[in-house]
Amino acid sequence: MAKETGAISWKELSLGTAILEPGSSSKLKTGDWRSMKPVTDRECCIKCGMCYIFCPDMVYSRDDEGYYVQNYYYCKGCGICAHECPKDCISMVEEGSNG
Amino acid sequence: MAKRLGVEVSIAVAEAAKQCNVDVISAYPITPQTHIVEHLSELVADGELDAEFIPVESEHTAMSTCVGASAAGARTFTATSSQGLALMVEILYIASALRLPVVMSMVNRALSGPISIWNDHCDLMLSRDTGWIQTVAENGQEAYDLIFHAYRVAEDHRVLLPVIVNLDGFTLSHVIEPIEYFDQAEVDSYLKPYVPAMRLDPKHPITMGPVGMPEVYTEARKAQEEAIKAARPVIAEAWQAFGDQFGRYYRAVESYQMDGAETVLITMGSIGETAMTAVDEMRSRGKKVGLLRIRLFRPFPVEELRKALKGVKRVGVIDRALPFGASGGPVAAEVRSALYHQTDRPFVYNYIAGLGGRDVTVENFEEMASELESLEKSELTEFYKIINVRE
Amino acid sequence: MGTAAEAFKGFEKYSLKKNLPMVEPLAPGHRACQGCGEVLALRQVMKAIGENVIVSSATGCMEIITSPWPQTAWRVPWLHVAFENAAAVASGVEAAYKAMTRKGKIEDTNTTFLAVAGDGGTADIGLQALSGALERGHNFVYLCLDNEAYMNTGVQRSSSTPYGAMTTTSPPGKLSRGQETWKKDLPAIAAAHRIPYVATGSPAFPVDLMNKAKKASLVKGPAYLHVYSPCCTGWRMAPHLSVESARLVVETRVFPLYEVIDGQWILSRDIKKPKPVEEYLKPQRRFSHLTAEDVKTIQERVDANWERLMKLIAATTPEDKTE
Repeated sequence: MAKETGAISWKELSLGTAILEPGSSSKLKTGDWRSMKPVTDRECCIKCGMCYIFCPDMVYSRDDEGYYVQNYYYCKGCGICAHECPKDCISMVEEGSNG
Repeated sequence: MAKRLGVEVSIAVAEAAKQCNVDVISAYPITPQTHIVEHLSELVADGELDAEFIPVESEHTAMSTCVGASAAGARTFTATSSQGLALMVEILYIASALRLPVVMSMVNRALSGPISIWNDHCDLMLSRDTGWIQTVAENGQEAYDLIFHAYRVAEDHRVLLPVIVNLDGFTLSHVIEPIEYFDQAEVDSYLKPYVPAMRLDPKHPITMGPVGMPEVYTEARKAQEEAIKAARPVIAEAWQAFGDQFGRYYRAVESYQMDGAETVLITMGSIGETAMTAVDEMRSRGKKVGLLRIRLFRPFPVEELRKALKGVKRVGVIDRALPFGASGGPVAAEVRSALYHQTDRPFVYNYIAGLGGRDVTVENFEEMASELESLEKSELTEFYKIINVRE
Repeated sequence: MGTAAEAFKGFEKYSLKKNLPMVEPLAPGHRACQGCGEVLALRQVMKAIGENVIVSSATGCMEIITSPWPQTAWRVPWLHVAFENAAAVASGVEAAYKAMTRKGKIEDTNTTFLAVAGDGGTADIGLQALSGALERGHNFVYLCLDNEAYMNTGVQRSSSTPYGAMTTTSPPGKLSRGQETWKKDLPAIAAAHRIPYVATGSPAFPVDLMNKAKKASLVKGPAYLHVYSPCCTGWRMAPHLSVESARLVVETRVFPLYEVIDGQWILSRDIKKPKPVEEYLKPQRRFSHLTAEDVKTIQERVDANWERLMKLIAATTPEDKTE
C-alpha cells in the first residue's frame, strides 16, 4: 500500500523520481468511478469492434469467439460504447443491478 | 604532449568541450557567450568534432533540447549568458531534478535593466538555487580545465547532476591567454565515456518527469538535496585526480597569503587576480591581509570557509550582484550564515563591486581592506555598500 | 518524389477488420475524465505508432492523467519537462539518437520521436519551440491534441478556442458573446514550414487517424498531426457524446479532415452534404448562449474556410491528377 500511495522514504526513490515499471497505472481501479455500466447483448452483436476502438479506457478486449468483452475494473461508465454501437446492442445499466 | 598556445579563452572552452567528445551541443547566440558556440559549430562543420550541433531558436529551447538529449543518453553541452540564462532558468530546475549531467559554460554578464552586455554575477546568482553544481573560473586556463572536471563530476554515478562552469564575460571570455591544451590521450584517461544510469530507450521503457503529488514532492526534493551534498567529496576527488594528472590542483576555496592574516578579502571569479596584486602590495607594507577565492559556489563550501577563516579578525566579502532590498550580496549572506554558529567568528562586511562591467581596481581592494578595521569598531547601520558609485 | 510520398511507398493502410493494431502503448488505469475524447485520440495514435517510440510530453491533461507518481500509464519511454517545450525536448532526444547512432554508441533503432501537447502548449506557449523544431527539420512527429482551451487549469481560452465558445476567461456577458476571436489555424501554420507531412484527424474516424499517425511516423523529417479532441468536462457536454461531437465537427465541415503531403493539400473525407453547424454546436453548453445571428456568423465562416481549403487543394494538385 505504501508503494501505491507513494508514502516511502526519499532513499527509496528512483533516480530523478522516475517510474521504472511501465504501464503500472493498470493497477488502478478506475472502475470505482462508475455509476452506470455497459452490458452487451450478444444476440445482436456483429463483432464490429466499434466499442473497442472508441473506448477511452481500454476496457474492451476480443475473446476467442470474436466478441468484445468489458473489463469492468477500468470502465468509468462514460457510455460512449453504448452510444456508438451501430446495432444498439450495448445498454447502460445502473451499477449493482442485474443487467 | 600537452601544448601551450596563445588563444582566446572562449576558443579554449570550446576546445575543451570538443576534447570531451560531446555528442550534442544546443545553443543560442548571446553576447558574450558567442565565440564558444561559434567555434563549436566550426569544429562540427569541419568534421573535427562528431556531434549534433542544434542551432535553436531560444535559450529556453537550448536547455530543453539539452534535457532531451541528456535523457536519451548523450553527453551534452551548452553555453549561455545573462538574459539567455534568465530565459532558461525554468528548465535548469528540471534538468537537475531529472538528474541529467548536462554541462554548461556560463559567460557571466549583467542582467537587464538597463541592458548591459558587460560582466558581473547577476546571472550566476539567478541560477543559484537551481540545483546545479557551480564552479567559477578565475583565468583562462581554469575555464578550460574546469570543463573536464565538470563532466567527470556530473557523470559520476554518485552525483548525476548538471554543472555550470562560470567564467567572467569579456574580462575572461574575450582575452587571449596562454593556454595549455591537453593531449587527447590524457583527457581520455581523466574522463571516461559517459555511461548513463538510465536513459530513454524503447527496450527499457521508463517514465521520466512524472507528476509529484504532495505525498512525494518533499522526498523528491530531499533526494536532490542529498545528491548535491554527496557531490562534495566527488568534486574534491575529481580535482585531486586532475592535479595528479595535469599538475594543477584546485580547491573549493583557494587561499592566498593567509598565513597570519587578520583581514581577509573574499572574491569569486576573475577579480581574484586583481585582488592578489592588492594583497601583495599590502603585505609588502606589512599589513596582515589575506585573500580567499571561492572556486566552488554550489554546493557552497561552508566547512572550507570556516576552516580558512579560523582566527581571522575581519572579512570583506565582495559581491558582484545586488539583490535589491536584501541584507547584503548573496555571497556575503552565505559567508555570514556559514560563520554564525562559530563561537570565534570574524567581523563580516560586504562590498558590492564591479556591476555591469565597472572596474574593480587594486586601489579599491586596498581601500576595502583598510576600511574594514575602522568599520569593525564603528556602529554599523548598513552591513554592505556599493563601491565606485557616484553620489 | 517528395520526402513523404517516398516514405509512404508500400504503406499498408489499417482496416478495422483486418489489421487493427492490438498493441496498447498507453495502459488503462489512467485518470482521464469519463468519456475523455483526448485520451481516446491519444490511444488511437499510440496504437498506430506502436512501441518503438520515445514520447516527449508537454504539461497538460494528458501529462497529468498518465503520470501521477508512483504509477504511469506509459508502456513506452516517456519524458515530461515543461509546458512550452515538447517540440524542443523531442528535438534533443532525436539529435541524441542521431549522434549516438552515428558514433556507434547505440544500434540504429529506427525509433519514432513523438512530441505531444495540447492546443495551449501548441498554439500559444509552445508555438515558438514548435516552429523552431519544424524549421530545423528534426525527424519527429508532433501531435497536437486540440480540445480548444486550457482544460487542465480549468477551461481558460486559448488561441485555439473557437469563436463564440464560453470558457472561464472568455465568459459571455453583457458586452461579450464568449470567445471573440477565430480559432488559430495551426495546421496551416505547420504547413507553412513546408514540412513533408501535415494532417488533421478526429477520433471519430479512427482508421483515418491511425493511418495518418502511422504515416507521420514513417516520414523522415518533421510531421505535424492536429487532432480534434473532445472534452466533455470543458465543453459542458454529456460524456457519451465525445465521439459523436468528433464526428459532427467533421460532418458540418467545422473541422475538415485533410493531409498536406509534400506541399500538396488532399481532402481525406469529402463532405458533400454538410450538416448545419447548429447540429454540432447544440450538444455543447459552451455554445448555448449563442444567438441565431451568432450561429449564422459561424456558418458563414465555416463555409468560407471550406471554400478556401478547396482552392488550396485545387491549387496544389498537379493537373494530371485533377478529375
